[in-house]
Amino acid sequence: MPKPFTPKVVTANALLEGDVIYLSENDTWVRELRDAEVLTDEAIAQMRLLDGQARPAEAVGVYLADVAPTENGPEPTHFREDFRRTGPSNYFHGKQAEG
Amino acid sequence: MYSYTDFDAQFVADRNRQFRAQVERRISGSLTEDEFKPLRLMNGLYLQLHAYMLRVAVPYGTLSSAQMDQLALLAEKWDKGYGHFTTRQNIQYNWPELRDVPDMLDALAEVGMHAIQTSGNTIRNVTADHFAGAAADEVADPRPVAELLRQWSTDHPEFQFLPRKFKIAVTGSENDRAVIKAHDIGIQVVEKNGRTGYRVLVGGGLGRTPMIGKELAPFVPQEDLLPYVEAVVSVWNLLGRRDNKYKSRIKITVHEHGIDEIRSLVADRFLETKQAFNGADLALFDEIKAQFAPPAFRNAPEDAFDAAYEADPNFRAWADTNLTAHRAPGYAIAQISLKAHGETPGDATADQMRVMADIARRFGHDELRISHEQNVVLPHVHKSDLPEIHAILKANGLATANIGLISDIIACPGMDYCALATARSIPIAQEIATRFEELKTENEIGELKIKISGCINACGHHHVGHIGILGLDRAGVENYQITLGGDGSEDAAIGTRTGPGFPAEEVVPAIERIVEAYMTNREGPDETFLQTYKRLGMAPFKTALYGEQAEGKRARAA
Repeated sequence: MPKPFTPKVVTANALLEGDVIYLSENDTWVRELRDAEVLTDEAIAQMRLLDGQARPAEAVGVYLADVAPTENGPEPTHFREDFRRTGPSNYFHGKQAEG
Repeated sequence: MYSYTDFDAQFVADRNRQFRAQVERRISGSLTEDEFKPLRLMNGLYLQLHAYMLRVAVPYGTLSSAQMDQLALLAEKWDKGYGHFTTRQNIQYNWPELRDVPDMLDALAEVGMHAIQTSGNTIRNVTADHFAGAAADEVADPRPVAELLRQWSTDHPEFQFLPRKFKIAVTGSENDRAVIKAHDIGIQVVEKNGRTGYRVLVGGGLGRTPMIGKELAPFVPQEDLLPYVEAVVSVWNLLGRRDNKYKSRIKITVHEHGIDEIRSLVADRFLETKQAFNGADLALFDEIKAQFAPPAFRNAPEDAFDAAYEADPNFRAWADTNLTAHRAPGYAIAQISLKAHGETPGDATADQMRVMADIARRFGHDELRISHEQNVVLPHVHKSDLPEIHAILKANGLATANIGLISDIIACPGMDYCALATARSIPIAQEIATRFEELKTENEIGELKIKISGCINACGHHHVGHIGILGLDRAGVENYQITLGGDGSEDAAIGTRTGPGFPAEEVVPAIERIVEAYMTNREGPDETFLQTYKRLGMAPFKTALYGEQAEGKRARAA
C-alpha cells in the first residue's frame, strides 16, 4: 500500500508586507490558514504549488505545508506552521493581533 | 567616537540609492527573488517567519545619543515600537515592510549608520569589547582598529563572495569580553617591548561544529595588521569549501589543513598583500585613533554615590551587580540590563531607547554601547551621578539588577521570529528568569551565565554558556539539550552535553536541579558555578538531572 497523502496547503510570505499568506481556491492569496485551499491529491497539490510559484511579484518562498483537515478548516500538523499562522509568543503581534 | 567623513557619507548614500532602485525593480518584477535575495542580504534585509527583518550594524557596539534616538525613531515609525539588540552588537527590527526599508536606511544614514554587510557571505560587522576605552584592565582601546577593519572590509572587492560569512572581534584586554576565541578571526591588542601590536587568533566559531580559535600569530605589528588579516581571509577564500555550506567556515579549513599549514600559507600570501599597502592605511589609522580620544573626565567628589549606597538598598543592589571599575578615578561603567525578569532578552522600546540616549547625553559623555550579552552600557559615568541615573532607569523599567546573574540570559530570537530556528528560545529565557525571581535566589547563586539558541547555528552562544540550552525539533516537538561548563572568556571552553534533552515544560525544573546541585556542592559562596563544575565535573549534575540510576548505569557501562 502506498503511504496515504498528507493534505497540504500552498503557503508563502507576501512580497510587500512579508507576512504569511496561503493560496485559496479562487486563486487569491489569503491571510488566514482557515481560508486556504486544502489539497488532498498529490498531483493537484504539485500543480497548485506551481501556480503559486508562478506569481513571484506577490509571493516569496512558496511551498507546500502539511495540514490536518478539521471541521473548522485546516489545522497545522507541526508547531512551526502553528507559529506562522499565529505570530510570536512573546508579544501579541502578527496574525493573532490582526484577526 | 568616529564621525563619517564626506567619503563615508557619500558611500552610504550611493549604496542606499542603489538599494532603493533594487527594491523598486523587485517590486516591478524586473528582478526575481533569486536575483534580489543576495542584494537585500548585503543590505541587512532578511525575510523571516512573520515579516521582513532589518539588521542594522552598530559598529563595535558604539552609539551616540543621536544615533540611539534615531534607532528609537525607526522602531516607532516603521516597526512596532521596539527593537531587538543582538549577540553581535547589532539591532534588529522585526516588522518592516519592503517598501519602507529604503526610507529606514536613509534615516540611518542621517546619523552615520547603515545595514551594509550585516548579512551575506561577507566580512560582517566587526565587534569589540563593550567596555572599550573605559575598562581599567585595558592595554589600548580596541575600537580604532575595529573601525580600520570596518573600513577595509566594507565593499572590499575580493571579499564580497566569500565561501561563507566571516566574523572578526577585537579586544584590548587580557580579560576577553568580546569572545574572540569564538570568531573566525579574533584580535587582541598587546604590547611588546613598548610597541603596540596584535595577537591574531583564527578558526574559532560556534554553530554546528564548535571550535575554539587557535593562535596564528602572537604579535603582528601595527603596520602589518591589515595586510596580515587580508592574507588570512584571502587564503581561506581560495581554500574554503564552497561545496558544502556546513564545511565552509574558516574553522573547518583550519581543522582540515592544520594551523601550521595555514600559518605558512598566510606567511606566503602576506608577502604579496603587504606590497599592496603603501602606508595610507597607517595614516588613516592615526586619524581614526584621534577620534577615539578619551572624553574630558571631571574631578568631583563621590559623596552622593556613597550616601545613596548607604541609604538605598535598591541602589546598592544595582550598584553591586551592574557597575564595573573604570580606568578614570571617580568614574564607573554602568550596565543597563535589557533582561527585566519575564521580558524578552535584548528588547528595548522606543521610549526606553530615548531614555538611555538622554542619560548618555546628560551624564555619559554622549556614549552608549551595546554588549554581545544583549545589554546596554554607559561606559563613562561619574559615580556622583549614578543615584540620579538609577532613579531615571528605575522609572523606565531599566534598573534590573542582574548583570552576570542567572536571569541575565542571552537568547537568540528562536522560532518566535527566525526562519532557521528549530525551537523557541525567548519563552524559555522568560520562564527561567521569572522562576528565579520568584525564588529570590539569584544573588545567592552568583555569577552564572545561561545562553540559549533555538537551533544548531548557535546565535545564542549556547556552547559557551556556563549552562547552555539548545532548542531542537524532536519528531515535531520542541526539545532542549543542556550543556554545562562552556565559557566565553579568555579561558574559552565548549560546554558538554548532560545527556538526553528535555521537553519545554521540563527545562525550568531541570535548570533548578542543576542549580541545587551547585549550591549543595560548592565550597562556599565565592566558588562560582563554573569553578564548581570544573572541580567536580559532570557527575553530580548528571545525577541531579537524571537520578542515581542513570549514573549507576553509566558506571556499569564503563
